[in-house]
Amino acid sequence: MTSTHQNRFGGTLSSAFLSAGSSSFAEFLAVHDPSLLPGGRALPAGVTMDAPHGTTIVALTYAGGVVMAGDRRATMGNLIAQKDIEKVFPADEWSCVGIAGTAGLAVEMVKLFQVELEHYEKIEGAQLSVDGKANRLATLLRGNLGMAMQGLAVVPMFAGYDPETEGGRIFSYDVTGGRYEEHRHHSVGSGSLFARGSLKKLWREDLTPTEAVTVVVESLYDAADDDSATGGPDLARGILPVVAVVDVDGFRRMPENELDPLVRAVVAARQTRPDGPNAPLTAGGE
Amino acid sequence: MSVPFYVSPEQVIKDKADYARKGIARGRSVIVMQYDAGLLFVAENRSRALHKISEIYDRIAFAAVGKYNEFENLRVAGVRLADLRGYSYDRRDVTGRSLANAYAQTLGTIFTETQKPYEVEIVVAEIGETVHDDQIYRLTFDGSVADEHGFVAMGGSAEHITGKLREQWHAGMTFDEALHLAVALLGEAPVNGNTEGEARVLTPSQLEVATLDRRRPRRKFRRVSGHRLAEVLGVDDDSDDAPGEVQ
Repeated sequence: MTSTHQNRFGGTLSSAFLSAGSSSFAEFLAVHDPSLLPGGRALPAGVTMDAPHGTTIVALTYAGGVVMAGDRRATMGNLIAQKDIEKVFPADEWSCVGIAGTAGLAVEMVKLFQVELEHYEKIEGAQLSVDGKANRLATLLRGNLGMAMQGLAVVPMFAGYDPETEGGRIFSYDVTGGRYEEHRHHSVGSGSLFARGSLKKLWREDLTPTEAVTVVVESLYDAADDDSATGGPDLARGILPVVAVVDVDGFRRMPENELDPLVRAVVAARQTRPDGPNAPLTAGGE
Repeated sequence: MSVPFYVSPEQVIKDKADYARKGIARGRSVIVMQYDAGLLFVAENRSRALHKISEIYDRIAFAAVGKYNEFENLRVAGVRLADLRGYSYDRRDVTGRSLANAYAQTLGTIFTETQKPYEVEIVVAEIGETVHDDQIYRLTFDGSVADEHGFVAMGGSAEHITGKLREQWHAGMTFDEALHLAVALLGEAPVNGNTEGEARVLTPSQLEVATLDRRRPRRKFRRVSGHRLAEVLGVDDDSDDAPGEVQ
């Protein structure tokens, strides 16, 4: 519609607001005010810059749900930019999202993703499917490709409870917006190599929710052990990993009073066995 | 050459207003009222899919009567505006007042500048920290806004229901009391101007009920349907998935 038409609405509800069709908030932003989109800013060509980076996110499924956790460190070059950054967020009531990569952009993308899901739910009166949510995140990520090519990559991981399978599901992404479903467990970020090794050895079919939380804490400890950009539990300052549990009752961030004893137990065990628990050598047995 | 008839501006406005009023009066009613833990919304609506009551934001809800496509258009615009404000400022900066203002401007403009006014009446309601901070804005087809206290009724039997509410509503009603009152008033309200008929007993499948509940975390809006609604009303759950028509 013409600009005169927009003025007629006193600048409050312009034609973009009243147009029929899309139930996507990101698509609405792209029409109404593209500068608010995370990827909507142009960078000078051929320049790379240093910005705070978030590091390691781990996730695993157990019978009836999924656990996601992230360490609390952000780095900028060889400096620790932040000791207590949070990198795991609720996406909506039934899913969570963790972020590695350029912290500022990633947090903004999570914020947009949260609004995107809630917006859809309000407009349509129904939830998106887990796959639908995972695909929306891939679309948002695609808008950031230009920035990623200039060194400002965002690498999220998405996990949610799927009422159809009655279990947790994990999705990983690459910077181009490629979406991949992961089974059992996955990790992204600079410490993910070490966390993945740890998850492989510790994950088993019959984990209880509490054991699942212990496994993610162990794997983050291993990541922090060998990757300088990943922060271990900082008991002196009371900075613990952020642990999210999503099951049939929805998203729950594990409260500190429940998490603290689990983390302390892991740290205490490392005083006698610094490399962590022993995985059995016999195939498939304990 | 034919000369068009002169029609005075007063007559044009009056005709448009009459037209809009007639459209609104055809529909069934919606009641919004305060109860001890928040705000209650009750509508007579046989459709499970086409809502008259909806969530706009954390503390804000929307109720409407009239033409579905027109108020649905306004509802979507409101969700967009609220989400945009919350995204670019902060969640706390999304207020019912600013939304009511935007709606008033929009409805006013449509009323004066287009041939056909919107045949809608809407309520924007926001719950605050305490009962005294609750806000209920009622907006009519021409963009006028009224700041209501305690309760509002809109739709075909609005006058009848408002009169009864004045007598029977009181501050601090429980959820059950408020719901029973609203359902009874909707049932006894005259349908299509027919005051002769007996009071009807509305069943859960004929009702759309929602609350803004102060005790809930962030998103205060919640629909009350199916078993829970039947339980409160003390009847069997007769709701099924048969599609209905919004009236």
